[in-house]
Amino acid sequence: MNETVLEKLKILAESAKYDVSCASSGTSRSGKKGMVGSAAGWGICHSFAEDGRCISLLKIMLTNYCMYDCAYCINRRSNDLPRATLSVTELVDLTIEFYRRNYIEGLFLSSGVVRSPDYTMERLVRVVKDLRLIHRFNGYIHMKSIPGASQELVNEAGLYADRLSVNIEIPNEKSLQTLAPEKDFKSVFAPMRYIQQGVLQSAEERKRFRHAPRFAPAGQSTQMIIGATADTDKDILRLSSALYQRPTMKRVYYSGFIPVNDYDNRLPALKQPPLVRENRLYQADWLLRFYEFKVDEIVNDAYPELDLEVDPKLSWALRNPHVFPVDINKADYELLLRIPGIGVKSAKMIVVSRRYSRLGSEQLKKIGVVMKKAQYFITCHELAMRTVNELTPENVRRILTQKKGRKLDDRQLTIQFQDVL
Amino acid sequence: MIAFIYDKTFEGLLTAVFDAYVRKSFPDVLLAEGEPLPLFCEETVTIYSDKKKADRVWKGLEKKVSKLSLSGLTVSWLSELPEVDMLLFRYIRKALDYSKSIELNFGDPDVLQISKVWKKVSNERLRIMQFLRFQKALDGTYFSAVEPIYNVLPLVLPYLNDRFGDQKWLIYDMRREYGYYYDLKETIEVRFEQKEEHLLSGFLNESLMDKDEKLFQQMWKEYFKTIAIKERINPKLHRQHMPARFWKYMTEKQ
Repeated sequence: MNETVLEKLKILAESAKYDVSCASSGTSRSGKKGMVGSAAGWGICHSFAEDGRCISLLKIMLTNYCMYDCAYCINRRSNDLPRATLSVTELVDLTIEFYRRNYIEGLFLSSGVVRSPDYTMERLVRVVKDLRLIHRFNGYIHMKSIPGASQELVNEAGLYADRLSVNIEIPNEKSLQTLAPEKDFKSVFAPMRYIQQGVLQSAEERKRFRHAPRFAPAGQSTQMIIGATADTDKDILRLSSALYQRPTMKRVYYSGFIPVNDYDNRLPALKQPPLVRENRLYQADWLLRFYEFKVDEIVNDAYPELDLEVDPKLSWALRNPHVFPVDINKADYELLLRIPGIGVKSAKMIVVSRRYSRLGSEQLKKIGVVMKKAQYFITCHELAMRTVNELTPENVRRILTQKKGRKLDDRQLTIQFQDVL
Repeated sequence: MIAFIYDKTFEGLLTAVFDAYVRKSFPDVLLAEGEPLPLFCEETVTIYSDKKKADRVWKGLEKKVSKLSLSGLTVSWLSELPEVDMLLFRYIRKALDYSKSIELNFGDPDVLQISKVWKKVSNERLRIMQFLRFQKALDGTYFSAVEPIYNVLPLVLPYLNDRFGDQKWLIYDMRREYGYYYDLKETIEVRFEQKEEHLLSGFLNESLMDKDEKLFQQMWKEYFKTIAIKERINPKLHRQHMPARFWKYMTEKQ
């Protein structure tokens, strides 16, 4: 280890940081004798960067040389930026030494494409294989599968990595062709299918042979860039919803487009990355995964874009006032989940607590229900005055989106201090 | 008002429950030896911790509430909050008195409060697991200083033992002045009469560091700086996820 590695680390982390995914969840593996580390099923964030994003894994590229010229990517070959390549030992050392100091949960390994997808993929596989077999690393490994890589290599990668992922990046094939002429949907979806096959096959084998090897036990994830093309939230969420139908897809990440190559006129000029839209998409994603919403309830042909002003659940509630008010003490779990201001935890607590006694607004507040929102959509035995139906959805929206200015009490005198020179 | 005076141990608390049922009178306050009595105190009862009595109360509880909730009680105890003993006392009494299990009745203020304290302590445990940083010393021991608001070190041990089973480590609670040391075989509680510099500052002196330690610290700091996306800087979110009170001993925040 020496100073040159420090330089390389800087360059390669810089190149890798636009990948959003950093989850270390999905695999539970206890420590083993003679091996380094363990994996906690729920994932642990060991630090948070200044932008508030979780740092769970050492997110790094093996190399940032790339033969592709994708318009949205900082590492495109026509960009003039410092390039570097880590050797296998350097990368392995970094991972293990960071891990032993409790800096990280494991490794997130990605790479620019050099020579050919298979050549690159082979080198990535070698790193994770070394890490697992020679250095006995038992922590979490997330590996990018290179678009266009062959099934054999994906199959080998799955034996060592906990999670594999292929990024879709652009939710629409036509737009992808404009921005990344060297890529197509086939090269992205083929590795996704290989991963899925591998996981399902291994699950099947493990039913018969207890010691059959596990294949990418934490499944796969993918990422889409938001705001680089004209695609609507409807297109994006429909694609996500279709992906979640597949058995191994655990997460779809949304990455607000950051204009890294502002000279390219195929891309929109943005002052600020679309952070609010990104947040709304994540909220909608949660509704799909944990709140039993169908994608067409959130966005459809009449409402192709998510409401930036209010969250998708509230937006749905305001469009469907006939469902409300919901009786907290009677409604079933699925309906409770649909009330704005009630999350999965509160809904579960309500369901178990109301067996003992009827719940009132005071108890709901203590349980953690956001009454500010929920009050317009519920009845409990004492509270039934001003629901969304009496107030009309427009008024509820107005009340809930009012900007809170600092209230000045006009009875309060202000004392004018004179500057003493 | 009835005050029970006990030794501020968990065993003592359970003994207090036992004695209260025997006496058929229940305390309004629980005090430690030497604490000032409340203004109107009709009666004080001194409780002598007794393992047998405590065990009987615990056995009784095992019949009434699930294992998970029982561990919730011990975890809440570790919060060391001033009111937590009385809260636990009320919870235990309710659990014993009702025929049905009370543990899911979140409409009850005590049950809800216990679940909140439990959550707070568990969160603190998680935070320590997230944010503790080891420094490698010359002799190969990894040293970490922490300052949790609740006494969560015992709860972090399973994680450390599982993950760092092939390295020697010492984790030290600066606030409570004790720690745990793992020597590749077993984990023991340690207290130090004479404190060396790193037990006071929380950082290893450079002369005590492993030869690559400085470099790895520097690398981690650089990595931490580089990985943030400038266009998205969000100090509020940063602090929300990683409260400033942990920064003191975190390598990347030095």
